[in-house]
Amino acid sequence: MIEVKGLVKTYGQKRAVDGVSFTVRRGDILGFLGPNGAGKSTTMKMITGFLRPDAGTATVDGVDVTVDPVAVKRKLGYLPENSPVYPEMTVTEFLAFIAEIRGFRGEARQKQVERAIGLTHLEPVRRQTLETLSKGYKQRVGFAQALLHDPSALVLDEPTDGLDPNQKNEVRTLIKGMAAQKAVILSTHILEEVEAICNRVIIISLGRVVADETPAQLQARQPGARLDEIFRTLTRSDR
Amino acid sequence: MSQVPPLFKREFVGYFRSPVAYVFLVVFLLASVGLSFFVGQFFRANQASLDRYFLFYPWLFLFLIPAAGMRLWSEEKRSGTVELLFTLPVTTLEAVIGKFLAGWAFLTLAILLSFPMVVTVAYLGHPDWGVIATSYLGSILMAGAYLGVCSLTSALTKNQVISFVLSVLVCVILLFLGWSVFSPALNSVFPVWVVDALANFSFITHFDAFIKGIIDPKDVMFFLSLIVFTLFLNVVALER
Repeated sequence: MIEVKGLVKTYGQKRAVDGVSFTVRRGDILGFLGPNGAGKSTTMKMITGFLRPDAGTATVDGVDVTVDPVAVKRKLGYLPENSPVYPEMTVTEFLAFIAEIRGFRGEARQKQVERAIGLTHLEPVRRQTLETLSKGYKQRVGFAQALLHDPSALVLDEPTDGLDPNQKNEVRTLIKGMAAQKAVILSTHILEEVEAICNRVIIISLGRVVADETPAQLQARQPGARLDEIFRTLTRSDR
Repeated sequence: MSQVPPLFKREFVGYFRSPVAYVFLVVFLLASVGLSFFVGQFFRANQASLDRYFLFYPWLFLFLIPAAGMRLWSEEKRSGTVELLFTLPVTTLEAVIGKFLAGWAFLTLAILLSFPMVVTVAYLGHPDWGVIATSYLGSILMAGAYLGVCSLTSALTKNQVISFVLSVLVCVILLFLGWSVFSPALNSVFPVWVVDALANFSFITHFDAFIKGIIDPKDVMFFLSLIVFTLFLNVVALER
């Protein structure tokens, strides 16, 4: 579904992403872990076609992002970090705009907007402008935007960041609920999240993949140890 | 290009979602009418013509259009929505065109809202309608050229203040090259043919013909090619 091959991105002297490769199949929820600055967001931005890789490539459903970025963007749903939105629009206006850009017109547009609002429980705030929303609701709008066209692949950059425990739980349920037909990549700092919903884990450190396995295999590296200890061992060089 | 209409619509309506549009329209109309009444001696001229109204447009645009255009890209960059926009299935060119056209439509609206001035001269005398029409056409074209510059400078920075100052600076240069007060100074440094060539790049040189009632294809081409050129650089700046 999503295939990442040898992605490289350099900022000035610093190599932010250094040959990252992995594949995500339909039905996978891939947890993308790593210390801050390890290259998680940069990798995601290259997969979604926002940044151009210096080397390597990513394909989504067989379409190469370096060859046809617009086609990849059509297939993907992407929740950027901090869920940026246009503050002066209302929830409905914003989602209608996204639907239009995604090629839905007239009744079909209305239907997709309603579906997204329903899925993410935005009903109570649908007429509010986005600047008046709490962090949790804003994050859900970002979700609604990413899900709107029912994409077969989802890239979520820290989807639960800044949410309270109840909201986190809700977001996880949402992701789990739709993962069967989709390929999902989500980055996070929260290790329990990986245990709770992911069936695969990738840990990156200093721009390189240092682990790519199931949560159980990760645990088996140091039986009895807590996940954050294993994480610390794997990313020791990144300090 | 199928993505231009939704982008255009969002941007154009966006002007009216914030107070920016209303403040801009009021300031633009007050300032333009004020300048022609108090500086241009509109009534003392005792002519049913709007040339004393349009005369001040290049100067007014110098400050007001950068104010309207500085947010075009800077705002998207600062708030991070540029990442949202460019992970939607749109090309950079479509986004640049959609935003530019929305801004241009807004400025056109502002210019056309000066219609009470037209009503006034029509009531007071017998204006030359052709000249009024070409003046409006020239103003709209010139506004597009100013906005092209602003859209470009705004794509260079996420800071709106820098964007504003940069665009005023570029526009000042484009304006002064053809200002009569300034040409003796240029003449003392450069040979006459250089000064004339430079004057060809000025907004004033090309706008003057329009307020005299002349539509010269050269002037139309100047404004249109300036728009195309700045938007091309705009795309390059964003894809960098």
